[in-house]
Amino acid sequence: MSDIKKIKDEFLLKLKENLDLNQVNQIKTDLFGKNGLISSQFKQLAKIAEEERKKFASDLNSVKDELQNLITTKINNIEIKEINTKLEKEKIDITLPERPFTQGKIHPVSQVIDEISSIFSEIGFSVEEGPDIENEYNNFTALNTPDNHPARDMHDTFYLDEKKELLLRTHTSPVQIRTMLNDKPPFKIIAPGRTYRSDSDQTHTPMFHQVEGLHIDKGINMGHLKGCLNYFIKEFFEVDKIKMRFRPSHFPFTEPSAEVDIGYEIKDGKIIIGEGDKWLEVLGCGMVHPNVLKNVKVNPDKFQGYAFGIGIDRLAMLKYGINDLRAFFDCDYRWLNHFGFDPIDVPTNYRGLSR
Amino acid sequence: MKITTNWLKEHLDTKLNENQIIDKLTDVGLEVEGVESQSGELDDFIIAKILKAEKHPDADRLKVCDVDIGKGDPVKVVCGAPNAKEGLLTIYAPPGAVVPKNQMKLVVSKIRGVTSYGMLCSESELNLSNESDGITELSLEKYNKKIGENYFSKKSVNVIDISITPNRADCLGVRGIARDLAAAGAGTLKNEKEKKLVKKNKQTVSIKIENEKDQACTSFGSCLITGVKNIESPEWLKEKIISLGQKPISAIVDITNYVMFDLNRPLHAYDVDKIDKGIVVRNSKKDEKFEALDNKEYKLDDAMCVISDATGVLGLGGIIGGTRTGTTLSTKNVLIESAHFNPRSIRKSSKKLNIDTDAKFRFERGIDPLSIEQGLERAANLIQEICGGIVSEFDIQKIGDVKKKSLKFNPFLFEKITGFNIDKKEMITILNNLGFETKEDKELLDVIIPSWRPDIFQEVDVVEELVRIKGYDQINMIEPEKVRKKPTLNLKQKLFHFLQRSIASKGYLEAITWSFTDSKINQLFIEDNKEIKIINPISSDLDVLRSSIFSNLIIHLNKNLGRGFKDLSVFEIGPTFFGSQPGEQQTVVSGLRSGKLARQSWLEKERIVDVFDVKSDVIKSLAEAGYNKDKLYIDDETPSYYHPGKSGRIFLNKGKEKVVAFFGDIHPSILKKLDIKAEALVGFEIFLDNLKQPKKSLKDQKTQYKYSDFQKSERDFAFVLDKNFKVQELVETISNVDKELIKSVKVFDVYEGANIPDGKKSIALNVTIQSLEKTLTEEDLNKINQLIILAVELKTGAKIRS
Repeated sequence: MSDIKKIKDEFLLKLKENLDLNQVNQIKTDLFGKNGLISSQFKQLAKIAEEERKKFASDLNSVKDELQNLITTKINNIEIKEINTKLEKEKIDITLPERPFTQGKIHPVSQVIDEISSIFSEIGFSVEEGPDIENEYNNFTALNTPDNHPARDMHDTFYLDEKKELLLRTHTSPVQIRTMLNDKPPFKIIAPGRTYRSDSDQTHTPMFHQVEGLHIDKGINMGHLKGCLNYFIKEFFEVDKIKMRFRPSHFPFTEPSAEVDIGYEIKDGKIIIGEGDKWLEVLGCGMVHPNVLKNVKVNPDKFQGYAFGIGIDRLAMLKYGINDLRAFFDCDYRWLNHFGFDPIDVPTNYRGLSR
Repeated sequence: MKITTNWLKEHLDTKLNENQIIDKLTDVGLEVEGVESQSGELDDFIIAKILKAEKHPDADRLKVCDVDIGKGDPVKVVCGAPNAKEGLLTIYAPPGAVVPKNQMKLVVSKIRGVTSYGMLCSESELNLSNESDGITELSLEKYNKKIGENYFSKKSVNVIDISITPNRADCLGVRGIARDLAAAGAGTLKNEKEKKLVKKNKQTVSIKIENEKDQACTSFGSCLITGVKNIESPEWLKEKIISLGQKPISAIVDITNYVMFDLNRPLHAYDVDKIDKGIVVRNSKKDEKFEALDNKEYKLDDAMCVISDATGVLGLGGIIGGTRTGTTLSTKNVLIESAHFNPRSIRKSSKKLNIDTDAKFRFERGIDPLSIEQGLERAANLIQEICGGIVSEFDIQKIGDVKKKSLKFNPFLFEKITGFNIDKKEMITILNNLGFETKEDKELLDVIIPSWRPDIFQEVDVVEELVRIKGYDQINMIEPEKVRKKPTLNLKQKLFHFLQRSIASKGYLEAITWSFTDSKINQLFIEDNKEIKIINPISSDLDVLRSSIFSNLIIHLNKNLGRGFKDLSVFEIGPTFFGSQPGEQQTVVSGLRSGKLARQSWLEKERIVDVFDVKSDVIKSLAEAGYNKDKLYIDDETPSYYHPGKSGRIFLNKGKEKVVAFFGDIHPSILKKLDIKAEALVGFEIFLDNLKQPKKSLKDQKTQYKYSDFQKSERDFAFVLDKNFKVQELVETISNVDKELIKSVKVFDVYEGANIPDGKKSIALNVTIQSLEKTLTEEDLNKINQLIILAVELKTGAKIRS
């Protein structure tokens, strides 16, 4: 008994000292190692008289627990202290700049094409494409714009041959022709893409973007056209209400034809779409001309519908407040960075078109 | 087409004010492009006389003029016009005046040290004509007593500029516009009240239309007026001419122009005494020449419709007259021509000769063939009124008769197209107001189309007339159905959008550049492709379709370097062209990177971008798009614009079917030629059309989930092999030893130099081995090790490095 007591007292005293981890571990070994003092006491257990054994064991266990707890605590404290000291030394200036990274951007025209596709996708349009080089027939003649027709003056055309049979498409409308020639009605497509006209000034570039729309089915009338475009404009500009006006116009490939204006006003130097009493022309449209349908072997007595063409660059300028059309194609790093969109920002129906 | 409300009201009885008229015009499809005020602004322009013109002390081309403006002391004006000289009568604009052409407000300013008070104006600055070579010269006789007066008449008017679509030939005259407005309920169309013309004598000038093939002139009406005194037009007429932005010339010319703008009936006036014998309308012979009223000499092709006399060509029918028989203030006897020409022929000839006149603009759109006599009547009346003279009977020569077109119209079609209905009675009223004659034929309508409407052919054209007059605002809006029967994008389109965003997400800015480029730069990237020339390029440095996106991208990258940027990453996705037929194009994603990574970072070591950066961009994008990265096969055959030693091409697999991408350093000689000063320039091209769709859709891929929980082991090897031996093959050889067990092979060191023989390199690899079925024993692993070493040594001639 006195042995246990002695061990206890001695070591309690020792453990009160300021010890490092090695010293505590040494004490641990001294007590609980193979031949440690406590371990040795346990070995004595068998030699002790039966009547005393129980008491001895109980005392020994209690001393063992007490010392063990004390040692564990001591070790923990030392370790915490060591970590704290280490942390103290590892303190850095976290305001230093992060590892360099670069952020890519999507061109506003591409972003707007995706927005447009997303909107029309909701109401059942699919996306079609056509080549940039077109023949004279698809670009003009099939679209009811015969040679020597003054309507051709509206399109300053780039030609690729002297006979003027090959050209860069002046609008996306030839995709209507290709689509209808390749398939059978009904048709419900949009066709975004590059278009070209030999025109270059402050507001015109020799290349620009259009999106064509075509919906041909039984009984599609001008009411459907109006509803479709009203829906599109509202969705595109992300407004609840839009002031919109259809006015008669002329395109050889539609009859009746219309141009669509939207209302706007300038507030604090910023354009507000959908309000105000000024009008801005945004697109041309109409009912597909029976001559066009005949040219693509669609029976105009059975099928009819509408087509429209929208200038994409212009829509992008309006929506995102871009003043200069020419800058779209100048590839200025500063401009691309400013007006570009994060590639993760994919326009979708469920998350919204834009942030 | 320009009109004024006053002029319009000569044809239209209306209670509407100007703004209401403007709205109505737009509503019926006559789009108002602008309203120019001729009031106020033009009050400032004063008839003035140059008293003295001295050379500017400090500028050879400038003069300092003392100008009499009719009040007080002369003012000093600095003027650059060569024709500014003492005694000249001209038009002066004081400080504060707004120059009509450029809308610039004049201020008192010092020009090279001399203060100038206002400006002397050219005709072009006043929108009187295109004459911009000097200041306006006014006739001394006419204006000498008017110094100090306003040049423009005081009555202020608004000029409404209407954009007339090419189909509406009839609205190129004020009366046609009035008719449309009347039909739309803006008022009533006034009846033409023509003064009874007293016609004496026969028309004695012989007129003959040569009845030859492709004769474009179908009829030629004429009227001879003898004993006229051609004078300056009266005020009312001059005002009208000026309001159209034209310059009054003389009564006869102004009258023919007036009739054209009023009735859309072009006329031409000849000085009869200058005609050699009679007039013959015929096809031109090749290389015939004549001097036109624009003072240019034209050399003609064959088969252009000309008005000629015994001497030669007088003018191009319906396009432009000639100087030889033009009228002047001394003309005594005048022949008025009112003819009809085939629109296509007018268009063809004028295009070829590049002539644009008001007459040509109207004839090519289609003039009312039945307006010949009306035009003669009006012009003869006015000439007689203003210039006196005796009017002859009209002579009308023609080939064939003009018949009005007619069609049967089913009123039901209106609702079928527009979605709303109007009753038949209203349809008839609208059509009648537009000049259509109608007769009911059971449920159908027999419609006779007015001769001034060349644009109406079929029923749907009639529908358009009805709906545009009724108003587009009447069309009901039908909400679109939200149903999708077909996927929005096809697989290729999806891939396009995917790669576009995938590349951008690697730090590239997306650019959009022209599809055409500079042929000189395109040459550097054209390889064996055909050059595709644009025959009418917008400028000589945009003269071919691009064979590669690099041409434009590199030009723009260089401009950005010039702006002081160094570390650039740009890309474009779009077409490149290999032929001039539709479809001879492919879609390419192409990117360029220049400069350094981590430039001046406190944290990272900066380094120059290199071929392995772009290789990583391309392969990662392909992997993201669903192509198995481990199957990609790479070799080093690349186009000449890449660095031959630092570039590669990528195939989807070892079968090498189609090149899906090139990547590498841009050839240094290209950098030199284009004077590009970048520390490094690397690039890539991915060919979308060569990318086959990945075999397995995501849906299929996701269901095949296999993984192993058994312990994996890693073993390192180092092989010494020929320097030229491709590591790709080494890795493949190792992978093929046991495709089940060898999970990955990583190259962690490439070494040449000490301890390695010349012409050899050491490649160190780390191989991960894991089984799906069990924990591999040491014995299994050793077996694989041995197999790897054996296979490599056997197939590649490499030696394991101990």
